Amino acid sequence: MAKLTIALSGLNNIDSPGPGIPVIRGIRDSKILDARIIGLAYENLDPGAYMHELVDKTYKVPYPSDGVEPLLERLKYIHEKEQIDVMIPNFDAELFTFMKSEKILQEMGIQTFLPTLKQFEERHKANLPEFGEKYGVKVPYSEPITSVQDFMNHKDKFEFPVVVKGKFYDAYIAYDLDQLNMYFNKIAAKWGLPIVIQEFVIGTEVNVVALGDGKGNTIGAVPMRKTYITDKGKAWGGITLEDPSMMKLTAKIISQTQWRGGMELELIRTAKNELYLIEINPRLPAWVYLAVAAGQNLPEALVRLALGEQVEPFQEYQSGKMFIRYSYDMITELHEFEQLSTKGEL
Amino acid sequence: MVKFNCSSKSAITSFKVMLKIRKNIAISDSGFVFDPMSGESFSLNPIGLEIIQLIKNGNNFKEITKVILDKYQVDEETLDRYFYDFISTLKQFNLLESTSHG
Repeated sequence: MAKLTIALSGLNNIDSPGPGIPVIRGIRDSKILDARIIGLAYENLDPGAYMHELVDKTYKVPYPSDGVEPLLERLKYIHEKEQIDVMIPNFDAELFTFMKSEKILQEMGIQTFLPTLKQFEERHKANLPEFGEKYGVKVPYSEPITSVQDFMNHKDKFEFPVVVKGKFYDAYIAYDLDQLNMYFNKIAAKWGLPIVIQEFVIGTEVNVVALGDGKGNTIGAVPMRKTYITDKGKAWGGITLEDPSMMKLTAKIISQTQWRGGMELELIRTAKNELYLIEINPRLPAWVYLAVAAGQNLPEALVRLALGEQVEPFQEYQSGKMFIRYSYDMITELHEFEQLSTKGEL
Repeated sequence: MVKFNCSSKSAITSFKVMLKIRKNIAISDSGFVFDPMSGESFSLNPIGLEIIQLIKNGNNFKEITKVILDKYQVDEETLDRYFYDFISTLKQFNLLESTSHG
């Protein structure tokens, strides 16, 4: 296969890491793909920008909140220089912008493999109850609210503790109204409204990383249990599971929604062995390299699907494969930081 | 001293109870047990490992008791108590398939 140029975002690799670096590792591990990796960084200190063994060249890009036009302008500039073949956005917050721009990108010659706007909207945290009902999936009861007063109108439908969730990120367990008020303000200030109040389902959190081909087929899926969770609720360690019920639920969701692209299902397994869907993240998660190590190179498959290739579904993976995340003090030179912060390129 | 409650004891000892370890549970020679469904792992001491292997090889309660009594210096009542406790732990961690009476 000819050398590809693949652009990715999500280069932050801190305690709440972006999926960019693990996705790149998958692509680097591929025996099929030969790729030049272009990093798209939002911050001068995104560690991925300085990981030259993984990222060939990095460009700063404007935040999605700055609007579609500035981002597209920047991408046009990058594309002129790099001739990007495939783009993989890795942040929830930027997906909407990229999905909206899919046609424009395609006309430029840049391929993506993203969920459709309908899929993206349907699985939104605020729409989860409707999603559950439509597709016959158990979900915790939830209500989107725009003020704490709003919650008071739904108070009788909830029992404390409840989960207070931001529309893109962040989730806190509130044990009383004071805490709910505090978390509401904290999340609203960061991610905006609405805030979703969700029933707290007691059980073990389990997750699935999966890839749908957009025609209802599951190209790959690997279930995992977090074995070490940070105070932000992120996996700092995990292990792949052999769980037919999780695989069945994933296949059902992908088949019914005709899911296109990467996804992460966040599930709770209760003591009664019931699976509750608490969230669908519409992209590959930061722990996706565990799936690669377990035998399913989902980033590779995603790139091939974006290129319009026929990709055969993975048939197996290894259960009991573990990951242990760690932090690492990478040493870099001032002139590199200077280059990225002044020229926006490194 | 903890004594058996009669009904509990009879559930384990009065019949030729066939205990079965769930078939996808991995047990290594070092006593490391891995449940691929839950992702949980456990460590067994040598006697625990020996008992689990006896269960895996299809021995019932009576046969396991005989092997252990012949091999180790333990009286039957103490063994019964620890055996029951051990089986309860295996059940609690969902490592056993449902029991049947032989």
